Amino acid sequence: MIELTDQPFDPGARLSDFCAGRTETGAVASFTGLARAEAGGTTRLELEAYPGFTERQIGEIARAAQARFDLQDLLIVHRVGEIAPGEAIVFVACAAPHRRAAFEACDYLMDYLKSRAPFWKKEHGPEGARWIEPRAQDHADIARWS
Amino acid sequence: MARVLLFGPLRDLAGWRERVLEPAPRSLAELRERLAHEDAALGEALAAPGVQVALNQAIVRGEAALSPGCEVAFLPPMSGG
Repeated sequence: MIELTDQPFDPGARLSDFCAGRTETGAVASFTGLARAEAGGTTRLELEAYPGFTERQIGEIARAAQARFDLQDLLIVHRVGEIAPGEAIVFVACAAPHRRAAFEACDYLMDYLKSRAPFWKKEHGPEGARWIEPRAQDHADIARWS
Repeated sequence: MARVLLFGPLRDLAGWRERVLEPAPRSLAELRERLAHEDAALGEALAAPGVQVALNQAIVRGEAALSPGCEVAFLPPMSGG
């Protein structure tokens, strides 16, 4: 399941809900990405999506993960709009019969979300605002999976 | 009519996020010309390498015919999540 939300969410509560009622799942791995303050350099993040298009592109990433790893289920929650330092930006959880697939699928999903998901990110700080371009490291991370 | 959407830095440059062109341009080229005629800097930015175009939420490359009611989005390089 894929969810974009403009409201703060509780990653712990999402993880508990995701784990509930699973009697055939041996492993749930999750990842939570938090907004950094960059030592006071960033007072808030602004994340813009293209409604409809962004969900569909993330859906393609999720389908690729399901085809590649032995998963039973996955959940992606992504913030959009205004985000304060310390708030969760992204939460990913993967359920699998065994741990390896769950770990690897989380890692894979995050690498693709960080480099391929259609978001535009603006950092606001005391020295003004700037749009962020993908980092070379994000592209290098994705090359690990080819 | 055709809806035009701008994202990221293109939105800041143009000073708008969404607008409606009436009547709808017949092609992507005509749409680009109409926008560039009003705002030359925007026209140039829309043609920059790395700016992708989505027609009705699907990426198109190169030229495309437009129909009334269509949605055209200009997508600058994405920063990822």
